[in-house]
Amino acid sequence: MRKQIEGSRAVAEAIALSRPQVICAYPITPQTHIVEGLGEMVKAGELTNCEFINVESEFAALSVAIGASAAGARAYTATSSQGLLFMAEAVYNAAGLGLPIVMTIGNRAIGAPINIWNDHSDSMSMRDAGWIQLFAETNQEALDLHIQAFRLAEELSLPVMVCMDGFILTHAYERVDVPSQEQVDAYLPPYEPRQVLDTGNPVSIGAMVGPEAFMEVRYLAHHKQLRALQLIPQLSALYKQQFGRDSGGLIRSYRTEGAETIVVSLGSVNGTVQEVIDDMRDAGTAIGSVGICSFRPFPLAALRDVLQHAKRVVVLEKCFAVGLGGIVSDGVRNSLSGIQLKGYTVVAGLGGRSITKASLRQLFEDAGADELEQMTFLDLNADVVSHELERETHTRRTGPTAEAILRRLGTVGSQVG
Amino acid sequence: MELQTVKFYQTGTFTVGNRLLAEDERSVQANTERTNSLNSGHRACQGCGEALGARYAIDAAMRATNNQIIAVNATGCLEVFSTPYPETSWQIPWIHSLFGNAAAVASGVVAAMRVTGKTDIRVIAQGGDGGTTDIGFGCLSGMFERNDDVLYLCYDNEAYMNTGVQRSSATPPAARTATTPAIGPDPGNVAGTGKNVPLIAMAHNIPYVATASVANLRDLEFKVTKAMGIHGARYIHIHVPCPLGWGSAPADTIRIARLAVESGLFPLFEAEHGEVTGRTPIRQRVPVDEYLKLQKRFAHLFGKEPDTARIAQVQATADRNIARFGLLGD
Amino acid sequence: MDKPFAITLDVGSSLANKTGSWRTSRPVYLDRLPPCNHACPAGENIQNWLFHAEGGHYEAAWRALTADNPLPGVMGRVCYHPCEGACNRGQLDEPVGINSVERFLGDEALRRGWKFEPPARETGKRVLVVGAGPSGLVAAYHLRRFGHTVKIVEAGPFAGGMMRFGIPKYRLPREVLDGEIQRILDLGIELQLDTKVADIREAMAAGGFDAAFLAVGAHIAKRAFIPAGSAARMLDAVSVLRSMEGEDKPMLGRRVVVYGGGNTALDVARTAKRLGASEAIIVYRRTREKMPAHDFEVEEALQEGILIKWLSTIKNMADGGTLTVEKMALDDKGFPQPTGEIETLEADSLVMALGQDVDLSLLEGVPGLEIKDGVVQVGTNMMTGYPGVFAGGDMVPSERTVTVAAGHGKKAARHIDGWLSGNAWVPPQKHEIATFGNLNTWYYSDAPKTVRPLLDIMRRKSTFEEVVSGLDEKNALFEARRCLSCGNCFECDNCYGVCPDNAVIKLGPGNRFEFNYDYCKGCGICVSECPCGAIKMVPETI
Repeated sequence: MRKQIEGSRAVAEAIALSRPQVICAYPITPQTHIVEGLGEMVKAGELTNCEFINVESEFAALSVAIGASAAGARAYTATSSQGLLFMAEAVYNAAGLGLPIVMTIGNRAIGAPINIWNDHSDSMSMRDAGWIQLFAETNQEALDLHIQAFRLAEELSLPVMVCMDGFILTHAYERVDVPSQEQVDAYLPPYEPRQVLDTGNPVSIGAMVGPEAFMEVRYLAHHKQLRALQLIPQLSALYKQQFGRDSGGLIRSYRTEGAETIVVSLGSVNGTVQEVIDDMRDAGTAIGSVGICSFRPFPLAALRDVLQHAKRVVVLEKCFAVGLGGIVSDGVRNSLSGIQLKGYTVVAGLGGRSITKASLRQLFEDAGADELEQMTFLDLNADVVSHELERETHTRRTGPTAEAILRRLGTVGSQVG
Repeated sequence: MELQTVKFYQTGTFTVGNRLLAEDERSVQANTERTNSLNSGHRACQGCGEALGARYAIDAAMRATNNQIIAVNATGCLEVFSTPYPETSWQIPWIHSLFGNAAAVASGVVAAMRVTGKTDIRVIAQGGDGGTTDIGFGCLSGMFERNDDVLYLCYDNEAYMNTGVQRSSATPPAARTATTPAIGPDPGNVAGTGKNVPLIAMAHNIPYVATASVANLRDLEFKVTKAMGIHGARYIHIHVPCPLGWGSAPADTIRIARLAVESGLFPLFEAEHGEVTGRTPIRQRVPVDEYLKLQKRFAHLFGKEPDTARIAQVQATADRNIARFGLLGD
Repeated sequence: MDKPFAITLDVGSSLANKTGSWRTSRPVYLDRLPPCNHACPAGENIQNWLFHAEGGHYEAAWRALTADNPLPGVMGRVCYHPCEGACNRGQLDEPVGINSVERFLGDEALRRGWKFEPPARETGKRVLVVGAGPSGLVAAYHLRRFGHTVKIVEAGPFAGGMMRFGIPKYRLPREVLDGEIQRILDLGIELQLDTKVADIREAMAAGGFDAAFLAVGAHIAKRAFIPAGSAARMLDAVSVLRSMEGEDKPMLGRRVVVYGGGNTALDVARTAKRLGASEAIIVYRRTREKMPAHDFEVEEALQEGILIKWLSTIKNMADGGTLTVEKMALDDKGFPQPTGEIETLEADSLVMALGQDVDLSLLEGVPGLEIKDGVVQVGTNMMTGYPGVFAGGDMVPSERTVTVAAGHGKKAARHIDGWLSGNAWVPPQKHEIATFGNLNTWYYSDAPKTVRPLLDIMRRKSTFEEVVSGLDEKNALFEARRCLSCGNCFECDNCYGVCPDNAVIKLGPGNRFEFNYDYCKGCGICVSECPCGAIKMVPETI
């Protein structure tokens, strides 16, 4: 059924259709509307056989999900930003214990300075926690990915994060096709745990593992992710077969045939990138793009297949490793090992900064001319930066940088799209 | 509270078993069919009070629920010594997640049981004092506040033993730990600090809160059994001496726990819905010195010149407990 | 279940980890000797028979008791119960009323008509027992149980010896005494009364006896020279008490003075009171603390109105019954010395209770015997210097009580049996004593001893009903259960419960426990928490 609804609502409906049994809710912008929606459905009796638990922190939220999942229930929670960091220990733990929890990340920047707007720093901070991380490009895909995520998680016995851009997707009203319960049931079988707390067949879950076996445990976790590289496309294909829609998969190529320049990015910005590519293709530029849906496992082979014939790759990422550079770029470079190809890292949209078509077009043209530095920050206000750097050279007590910049900028609204 | 209506003078009410009692009147621990939930082969130190307390409590809960127990364990000694790969000592379904989230994980297990219709299966969360009164306190309070159907057992050995005896908020005044060394003008832990989690638990108005001791098995089993007969959030705080951390003889574990009770330093009481409803009277009152002297962590109080002022402070705490909870009986 | 590697483990797997290898010392179960058993002159295994009584298994308790001593009804009345003095519970509240439980068992056995098991086999050996007092009867009982043919020859008209002629009825009702004696005789023991053995060797030869046990009581009163008028009435305590058994009760008059400080003196004074004396006065030359009589008997006597003059000696007795008494004072060594201070007492009769001697005439001419201080010297095996002739009770150097005599009888019987079989009996090694310090008394509830209800004082003074009435079943059970079972496992399950490593195996009722040294880490909590001190740690030998 097609509905014009908010992204969060679309996700909530997808979760509800997935017959979750335990939902843990703790508010944090911008994911809050999802759990609010679910809470409403449970309270209204629309979502039955489901425990909706208001917890006291994100750490508890995921911990409750861990307990529920280990006890054989399909468990779900959602968070963002600081919340994800606050539950970080549990994030690693859920993966280590192999519990198929599905968690939505309404992607948002991490403070300080505190910032509620979108970028990918939060998800990226947990990229090595052992979870599968799927990035949605649209609200429709966000909806679809959640349904796929439960099946993927439960087949592999691994937790899955579905990452969607905060505000840009979570708060956007778009038309989405909400599948029927029958369709979802046909795709997603009931949860059959690989291990479960069962009084009839007791086991101890969560042993202490020493040097004699820890490496093997970690390798097996990696191996599961490698298996996911096979399973994700299969489930995506099956989804298409049953729902008639392309959703998910490892990567999605756009006009890469014969492309000399290929732009790689994650999440909703792909839409904007594709529009710019359309314009540039129209103008005769051999450019295409690749959207990475599965960031973990990282699709090295699939990317290599697409990128190996290009001349350059521009990785546009909403996050970066401070002191190093691009995070996504790292993986992309890895996929191109041994292939001589120019690579550009572009950090963009941090803390909700708008990524405009104009800026992108300029960026891609500069890249095409190989006039781009290896690492750039899109639309960085160089004036502010240099002023602040200058101030710091002669003032010891400079005060907080963020406040100083805000003072200099005068208004905030003019800087945010 | 009435544990046993008939007094048996030879074997008393206080021994583990009693050949003169009917089988169903004996303690769970007297029974050869007891679960031994925590099995032999665990790696707890000699004379570990926590290993004992855990088996006492879980076995009692197993009997009370016809063996329908799932346990969630916080990180700590109990977890480490019971489940080092490739050997587990647990005979029951058991999960360890993290140091600070046992109560929350247990809430999740309960939710799963409820939603899958297995409400006969009961859930216990357990942790040491660090995992309960400090790092796990947020999750504990949350579980209480939601009145989740979890029995939380805190095995209180009054410091972070697993990491090498550091102070926790359950460490008593004057005790030496690795982070409150017995040096300087005010050796050992600072007086007037720490928190009383049983009282805090009561402030949540949960259906049942109790304290228990490995020195009084019948009392402990009574409370665990009672707790398993109640639904909602329940909390039992069990005093478990640690020979390693307290610097006491392994053989003295129960003796020391008993002296803690008999001196009034560890009051045994029960509370329902926030009100104290029962207390276990002291049988043979002793001065706190008898308790303190058996432990090296208090050795600095008994140097060449006994630190009478601080001993008096500790005695005052005991006296206050006795008065507050009416521990001297009728 | 296809469980994740290493993180998820199967139950029971820790059993592979044998933590017993950590141990530097190991607990072992042992039986320590309970102080009551140690103190019992009759060698009773008190803790053991109390153990049965605690369960309400009175017949089993009685059988365990009578395995050592066949006279529980007598013992429960006349024994001065040194067991209770030694009882560890005395350091806790009050000693267990062992004596009263023993009496309850004795009475219960008489009431229910329990009999001894006859001997399993006959040895064909013949043993002569001289004297049917406690020592002779007990020896005869044990000898018969060993399968020997036993004949008792008694000089007096009844069996019982001093139990009959030295102990008043109000302390030992005769139906109890008769019942317990008859039960012994029912084992098939021949009793010949009114026969004095004049020459032991001759008697043995005539009867074809392989061995003899001599147990002649001390029936001859000791005398003290007190100048007295010809009309003064002076008697000795032994004959007074003996004549109580006959038809003609002794004529003591209204004012009776008893001279002496032993239990016999008290018995006589209390008997005089019961015979109608308005005044019964005991004159004793030392203080109450020095008095050989048992304090509880002194207390009962005082309650009955007996007067006692401490630190006094009788100088003479004039016609008309005026006694001259000199006050004494203790010197710095505690001996009474005359002070020269004189007073007088009026008395219708003076009863001398200054101790008794044994008639040893039957031993005249027996070679190898050594007689010293009026008693026969015996070896540790109770045998006299003449092979095959053993002796016990009042005849040998020892405290003269019924219980000691009974103990002699048992001990002698064992040695006689050994001597007859050619394998000398070697007493088993005694276990170490279970001290109060071996116990963990926290586990025992506190309860006062059941005080045996005293008969109404007035009623007691005028009749010979028993002074101290027995326990009923409920009280007996209660009293038995106060036993701390010192040094002997009573299966309280503490060790089984308190082991942090589940390293104690419970073997089921009556079979106690054993350690599982595969897992025992040697912490010693079981030792600390054993209420009765039946476990100890021993160093591990590597």
